[in-house]
Amino acid sequence: MAGNTQGGGITHDEWRAALDERFGRELRERFEGARVAVCGLGGLGSNVAIALARSGVGVLDLYDFDCVDISNLNRQQYEVSQLGMPKTEALPANLARIAPFCQVNAVNMRITEDDVPGLFADVDVVCECFDNPEAKAMLVQGVLESYPGKPLVAASGMAGISTANSIRTRKVGRSLYLCGDGKSDVADGLGLVSSRVLACAAHEAHMVLRLLAGETDA
Amino acid sequence: MVTINGKSVAAEGKTLAAYLAESGYATKRVAVELNGEIVPKVAYDETVLSAGDEVEIVAFVGGG
Repeated sequence: MAGNTQGGGITHDEWRAALDERFGRELRERFEGARVAVCGLGGLGSNVAIALARSGVGVLDLYDFDCVDISNLNRQQYEVSQLGMPKTEALPANLARIAPFCQVNAVNMRITEDDVPGLFADVDVVCECFDNPEAKAMLVQGVLESYPGKPLVAASGMAGISTANSIRTRKVGRSLYLCGDGKSDVADGLGLVSSRVLACAAHEAHMVLRLLAGETDA
Repeated sequence: MVTINGKSVAAEGKTLAAYLAESGYATKRVAVELNGEIVPKVAYDETVLSAGDEVEIVAFVGGG
């Protein structure tokens, strides 16, 4: 977004100056010029989106088909007042209060295999943040097939209360970055603990920002 | 030998579909790269592993 518009009582130039002070003009400009897709707005995606918006990423494309449920509140960036609201309405509202200059395109849809080839041509990085393992595999498969070389950050394995030190990011092939411990499955009754899911979301968001900064190692 | 997820495995001559099945992978929960290229799901049955191949099987578990 160009110019010096107002948002939440500050100007865009004040927002930019604050980010410049944090990590320098070069990174701020790279982040501001970037467009990132966040697929799934649960424990991973809602936290990833907020980290990216706070970092000054210019455009976020958000995808989800779900509504805010009371069971989400332990780890997802929603409020009690938003129960029952589509996540694609609730998260943009929250993002607008946090980072008013981020352009948010939220789409209420369940992404299928057939959708993938049409969705991501214009984004710099795709971030997989689903919870269902088959949906995760479908998206990763589809992005790798349809957009060879497009940076893709995905997550697998963040359930339970075991150490957060096993959450890591590794690079697979030339464009896939996989975050998580690779094995802690929510289906094993491990539950989802806020801090461990957030650790994984932080890995994803950080890898996205590293890619936008031109870094290609995990 | 075939290198699968960094380990040397005697899987040459097997199809990718057969290797995944005997190793307990659910094909709907994996994405597979063969020598750095994604293998389309429809090609699992006809993809035969050869000596020296590098295979990365990315298996997804639930939670997010």
